[in-house]
Amino acid sequence: MLSEAAVNEIKDIRKRYATARSCIMPCLFVVQREYGYITEEGMREIAKILDVKPVLVFEVATFYTMYNKKPVGKYHVQVCTNIACSILDGEHILDVISRKLGIKVKETTQDKKFTLSTVECLGSCGTAPMMQINDKYYENLNDMKVEEILNSLR
Amino acid sequence: MFEPVILKNINTPDSHKLSAYINSGGYQALKKTIEMTPDTLIQLVKDSGLRGRGGAGFSTGLKWSFIPKDPTLQKYLCCNADEGEPGTFKDRAIIEYDPHQLIEGMVIASYAIGADTSYIYIRGEFALGADRLEDAIKEAYQKNYLGKNILGSKFNHDMYVHRGAGAYICGEETALLESIEGRRALPRIKPPFPAHVGLFGKPTVINNVETLACIPHIVNRGAGWFASIGPAKSPGPKLFGISGSVNKPGLYELPMGTPLREIIFTHAGGMKAGKKLKAVVPGGVSAPMLTEKDLDTPMDFDSLAAKGTMLGSGAVIVIDDSMCIVKAALITHEFFHHESCGKCTPCREGLDWLVKVMRRIEHGQGKEGDIELLEKLCVDIFGRTFCPLGDGAVMALRGAFNNFREEFDYHIKNKRCMVNGNR
Repeated sequence: MLSEAAVNEIKDIRKRYATARSCIMPCLFVVQREYGYITEEGMREIAKILDVKPVLVFEVATFYTMYNKKPVGKYHVQVCTNIACSILDGEHILDVISRKLGIKVKETTQDKKFTLSTVECLGSCGTAPMMQINDKYYENLNDMKVEEILNSLR
Repeated sequence: MFEPVILKNINTPDSHKLSAYINSGGYQALKKTIEMTPDTLIQLVKDSGLRGRGGAGFSTGLKWSFIPKDPTLQKYLCCNADEGEPGTFKDRAIIEYDPHQLIEGMVIASYAIGADTSYIYIRGEFALGADRLEDAIKEAYQKNYLGKNILGSKFNHDMYVHRGAGAYICGEETALLESIEGRRALPRIKPPFPAHVGLFGKPTVINNVETLACIPHIVNRGAGWFASIGPAKSPGPKLFGISGSVNKPGLYELPMGTPLREIIFTHAGGMKAGKKLKAVVPGGVSAPMLTEKDLDTPMDFDSLAAKGTMLGSGAVIVIDDSMCIVKAALITHEFFHHESCGKCTPCREGLDWLVKVMRRIEHGQGKEGDIELLEKLCVDIFGRTFCPLGDGAVMALRGAFNNFREEFDYHIKNKRCMVNGNR
């Protein structure tokens, strides 16, 4: 069940748009925050509060990549491998992280602390190579910096 | 030295707060605006010669003038802050460090077109930027730069932030509208254009962040001032984001039309030690690449179009001689393939096929005839889709073929890379 605060947040979101359907994207972020990922229960709750068919929520949740349809670790490490990061050896950064965490891309550590993903351009090309951990950007990365960042989260 | 206009505040402490913006003369343009008629304002922006900074380069004033004048019609303004073209990081700087500049530009634009509501569509990954925008919007409401009867006028305006959730396609304006409406972001067929049938079916203007950030300055300093910067046909200050193998990558504000060579070698400090310039992508990955011989091209819409490429978002990606172009092209096309929304068959299926062939060439399993196959796929994708995503992929690949076809041939023939004896 969504918390009362989350339900109120959804009702507040409803005021920003001309249609209930427009609220689906912001509501999915609320659900993701509440449950850690997008659960079917959460999607059905959104549909009920907004009074839209559940399929309208499912189709949005499955289109956009930032909605995690499966549980992710406490820290979701997303490494950019697009062109600007690649030129400055973003793949090496990915290797370093993968070795340090002992997991491959798309995997989660056994203690459920870290999930490793690659990601397309995050708009941080002037400070490449870079990664995002949860909401935060980490830029101008090198081996030592990566080591420090991951240690600080252990 | 060119005096920055759009980035002038970004090094001020707490530049994202209202107090800092007011101290630098912020919201004076809005005060001037409410004394003007919307038509005068639209004419001013037309006269300035401002062209859309999102990539298309369409006249902003003209775009505004397409909105029906009927005052009983609901109208919307949407700010495209879905900055996603690889190489691009300019709008993020405005949003994170000077959000009020954008908000002021949006209120003025909304006044011009008669919109009482606007949305900022920001890519979901820009969490810090979205938070700063929401805080700035709250500050603006408190000072009546937003809300009812703005600064004592009859103009009312509400502004909201809509966070995207990781889909490049939302940078395409009609996909962006679909996304605000809470749907999968599949581009719409045009016509009808958003100026007539836009958000929730109402007349809508969609402008890029940098475009809107220019507006307060045009109101304050006049159309003539703006038009006097850079080339007559595409004037104004422009943000160039330089990334790749240069000594000082970063964001530079320079007059439109600054030569590519000056941007790379004067402002961005030239190539990294021991690296030689091999190719430059001048406007985000959809823009066909240029080489050494093209470095004196002025960076503006028309000069780059004449070279068969485009200014796009002004994102300059510098590729050095240690990078294999087959690999660079594969990275680029994996991106387009991943981001194709799946609506149009030529893009969805074409890019899937294209990437499969490119992967086998890169991994030393290319076959004779593969390049011809790729060229045929390009013909089958280009111009056959609702939106320009597939076209962008084709243009990028053709740019690579035009300049570095021998690297593709070498990969196929020798089953390995031409550069550095790789693999």
